[in-house]
Amino acid sequence: MSRAHPDYEVVIGLEVHCQLRTRSKLFSSAAVSYGDPPNHHTTPVCLALPGALPVLNAEAVELAVRAGLAANCSIQPHSVFARKNYFYPDLPKGYQISQWEEPLCLAGWLDIQVGEAAPRRIGITRIHMEEDAGKSLHDQSATETHVDLNRAGVPLVEIVSEPDLRSPEEAGAYLRKLRAILRTVGASDADMEKGQLRCDANISLRRHGEKQLGTRTELKNLNSFRFVEQALHAEIERQAELLDEGGEVQQATLGYDSARDRSFVMRTKENADDYRYFPDPDLIPLVISQQRIEEIRASLPELPEARCARFQREYGLAARDAGLLSESRALAKLFEGAVRATPGGDLAKSIAKWLLRDVVAALKERDATLEDARLTGQALAELVAMVEAGRVTANNAHRLVPELLFEGGDPEALVRERGLAALSDEASLAPLVDEVLAANPEAVASYAGGDKKSLNFLMGQVMKRSQGKADPAKVREILARKLGG
Amino acid sequence: MAARLPGVSEARRALAAGEQSAVALVDQALARAEAVDGELHCFLQLRPEAAREEAAASDARRAAGSLRGPLDGIPVALKDNIVQAGEPAGCASRILDGYHSPFDASVVERLKAAGAVILGRTNMDEFAMGSSTENSALGPTRNPWQLERAPGGSSGGSAGAVAAGIVPAALGSDTGGSIRQPAAFCGVVGLKPTYGRVSRLGLVAFASSLDQIGPLAHTAEDCALLLDAISGHDPRDSTSIPEPPTCAAGNLVSDLSGRVVGLPREYFVEEGMDPGILGCVRAAVAELEAAGAKTREVSLPHTRYAVAAYYLIATAEASSNLARFDGSRYGRRAEGVHTLTEMYERSRSEGFGAEVKRRILLGTYVLSAGYYDAYYRKAQQVRTLLRRDFEAAFEGCDVIATPTTPEPAFPLGAKSSDPVTMYLSDIFTVSANLAGLPGISLPCGEVEGLPVGLQLLGRPLDDVPLLGVADAFQRRTRHHLAVPEEAAG
Amino acid sequence: MSHISREEVLHISRLARLRLSEEEVLAMTRDLGAILSYVEQLQAVDTSEVVPTAHALPLPTPLRRDEPTGELDAELALANAPARRGTAFAVPKVLGGEEEG
Repeated sequence: MSRAHPDYEVVIGLEVHCQLRTRSKLFSSAAVSYGDPPNHHTTPVCLALPGALPVLNAEAVELAVRAGLAANCSIQPHSVFARKNYFYPDLPKGYQISQWEEPLCLAGWLDIQVGEAAPRRIGITRIHMEEDAGKSLHDQSATETHVDLNRAGVPLVEIVSEPDLRSPEEAGAYLRKLRAILRTVGASDADMEKGQLRCDANISLRRHGEKQLGTRTELKNLNSFRFVEQALHAEIERQAELLDEGGEVQQATLGYDSARDRSFVMRTKENADDYRYFPDPDLIPLVISQQRIEEIRASLPELPEARCARFQREYGLAARDAGLLSESRALAKLFEGAVRATPGGDLAKSIAKWLLRDVVAALKERDATLEDARLTGQALAELVAMVEAGRVTANNAHRLVPELLFEGGDPEALVRERGLAALSDEASLAPLVDEVLAANPEAVASYAGGDKKSLNFLMGQVMKRSQGKADPAKVREILARKLGG
Repeated sequence: MAARLPGVSEARRALAAGEQSAVALVDQALARAEAVDGELHCFLQLRPEAAREEAAASDARRAAGSLRGPLDGIPVALKDNIVQAGEPAGCASRILDGYHSPFDASVVERLKAAGAVILGRTNMDEFAMGSSTENSALGPTRNPWQLERAPGGSSGGSAGAVAAGIVPAALGSDTGGSIRQPAAFCGVVGLKPTYGRVSRLGLVAFASSLDQIGPLAHTAEDCALLLDAISGHDPRDSTSIPEPPTCAAGNLVSDLSGRVVGLPREYFVEEGMDPGILGCVRAAVAELEAAGAKTREVSLPHTRYAVAAYYLIATAEASSNLARFDGSRYGRRAEGVHTLTEMYERSRSEGFGAEVKRRILLGTYVLSAGYYDAYYRKAQQVRTLLRRDFEAAFEGCDVIATPTTPEPAFPLGAKSSDPVTMYLSDIFTVSANLAGLPGISLPCGEVEGLPVGLQLLGRPLDDVPLLGVADAFQRRTRHHLAVPEEAAG
Repeated sequence: MSHISREEVLHISRLARLRLSEEEVLAMTRDLGAILSYVEQLQAVDTSEVVPTAHALPLPTPLRRDEPTGELDAELALANAPARRGTAFAVPKVLGGEEEG
């Protein structure tokens, strides 16, 4: 693993808040909504009116258990809701219902991979359920803050990692992996732009080899994966400079200014509140039977990890390719659909290459997702089979990908209609080669004179003349023969 | 002077016999309030037009033969911490000035479904914190038996309204004795049901694990009617027990033969106890024996720790429950506030009375870093020991009998200065809340013209048998028929 | 004798967002001290191995179906608001020592 900083070991832990995909709130029956006018989705419970009482949402529990299982956690059969007491306008009760001493999930992990480095296991300390706060809008008036409680009470899980991450890139990989599994098991849509996934990072530096952790700072309100990595890089720089100069890092909560690529202090730790956690007397401890946990586990779709292992096992894919394919359900589905549509022959590895290289590139170019695409597994399999059989050159096949992707179609038909069939027989190619040799006497002479690179030039000319249909290997063979070298 | 209203059972009979209409009952209640409540101050709010409308609807149902149940047409009062849609709910506090609830408490829904007529809202100690109703921000309620005496608290207004004959029945709330103690001081029957028996939805929370709504009326039979109407599982209250409404009325078993009444030695000490009260209670126990019950001494060894445990747990929960009163979304906001902190601090400091502030501070302290284990957690452990005391005692008896209070109604102003002394008057009542047991206080005599309460405690869910023992006692005695002279009609 | 210091009283009054007058600080220090002295007797009780009571009676976990219902009309939700802007609650802008928890 390459070092995030030459002189210091970087220690990062992430706290991720993720909104569960329920229709109503955690303890109130108001609807979970997005973008509606303020306070259009409240009940007396969300408003913390006198006499209101909380009742736990059954679906939220199920989704939280799914999230915990997907993160390889131990689901606790007995967990307790606790009140976290503090005053803030978007916290109507003056306390948040969360979990403290007895959370729902403990001791999980996620495997991540950055670049070509070996996969690393990142520990997950705990996952617990809690309700979201409302929104305080500060920028609509000079003297007032406006409070919207539509979001107050929305179900969240808080996922706390061990301080096992060692670089901003690892942090990014962890977040992407987390999002993928949460989406796969249907626990959350985890759309960061809608605030369904929020990330706070704790980061400290220490000299390589040192056992004790350095003083850490907390970065809050990071609302995209890119900003998380950027902010962490900026904070590493800041802390490193400070330590280099012999200074001390102050414990603080920081925000990140993406425009200036700089962190700023939100508050120092001296002002930290005493939350006075205690079990919520309005709620009964959450008891989940082992049987129920197993039922939920059995109902989960195949998780990326398991799929990755299976792809390697069943299709002989390399770990890296298997990993990339299994991260996206749509990609994995297309891959397997293509492999199964392959008549005889083992094209799995080639299909994987075409997907990860050409299809992904074409999607990226148009900023599209597989959900927008019309490429079928069948079509992909056909295309790859044709290339492997030499019936179309790789280049020409590559050019067909965008069309197949976004407009669909039948590769065989397209190749035929456009006359893209590869030329690989002597009878078709020899005359082309002769034409090129005749038209480029200098290159021929050059080659005879020992410049082997002239061959490539001549090859290029043949390819051009054939409109890319010529089988490169065959052309090379014929050229070499005719040049006599 | 406007006549006292009859009790619930008598009012039912009169309505059924056509001797009185529901509207006439309401008019009588309003007249009675007019006559005596100026002095007593039991009510904070009356709703004459709405009550007459509800009564008229009841009379129409009666004429059409479609009564909703035994409470149809009966006027009832609500303690000011039980919310009703469209009506003010103040908990006798300034901080809820102007607040109107958009929803009905579960018990109010059920009373309406039963056809009861809601006359108005009664005075209480602010946020139910107190034992005398002197902590009301709107002035105290006077004891109808002797006007310079406290009616008890925190449900002093409800107890007084029944004792003074303004309404046949009222609802109160009991967290540490707030139904039973004022019932004792005012010479009426007050029932605190098993915890979870009656939904807390719409009861403004004081201490969530201890609060229960319950009825105050003249007889156990009347309380039974009310309990039947308001009890039963409510899925909107997570602490509601999964039991159907009780079927107590008409099913009270008043045969005491074979029943064993336990007498806890820790409650029958002479020190700190008015000897007249001890005498009345012993006589009451003798009456139960005469009715066929056996008595035996039991022990509740952790009794002396109950008040301490109670105040730690109750104030901790209260400090959190009252955090929502911050001037931001409802209730009173202090004038001229420029910062958020100022809004919170001044709204709360100006809106809460001294006792509420004291308990919030104590509760905050008890939960704070470094003190949670020594105070809050410790108190919850002692609570477990108290529960075990009762479990052990109930292995040898069916019901436990004690005095409700160590002294009769004290003079207004007598207790206000020392909080610990005030808290100690709850000594006999708090254990039932800590253990979740049903408890009832019923009149069993007088001391110097002031009522004395006999308390009966039952096993969890034994509300109906408990009412049965109380009913048996009342069939054999006449204490519940005594009425205060000063407020006599 | 268990007592509470003036500083502690001021600290918890800040936590509880209560602003006490000087007389109140003195009175609370005295009263809370008296109460804490009284409750000190609990320390004498042997509670080793005793599970704290979370709830008076054991109950199965009550759960609610995931069905949006019972929402208040926004005007009703705002009906008791001391100050509002449109359908949002209005409070003084965050200043004076308040931070997000």
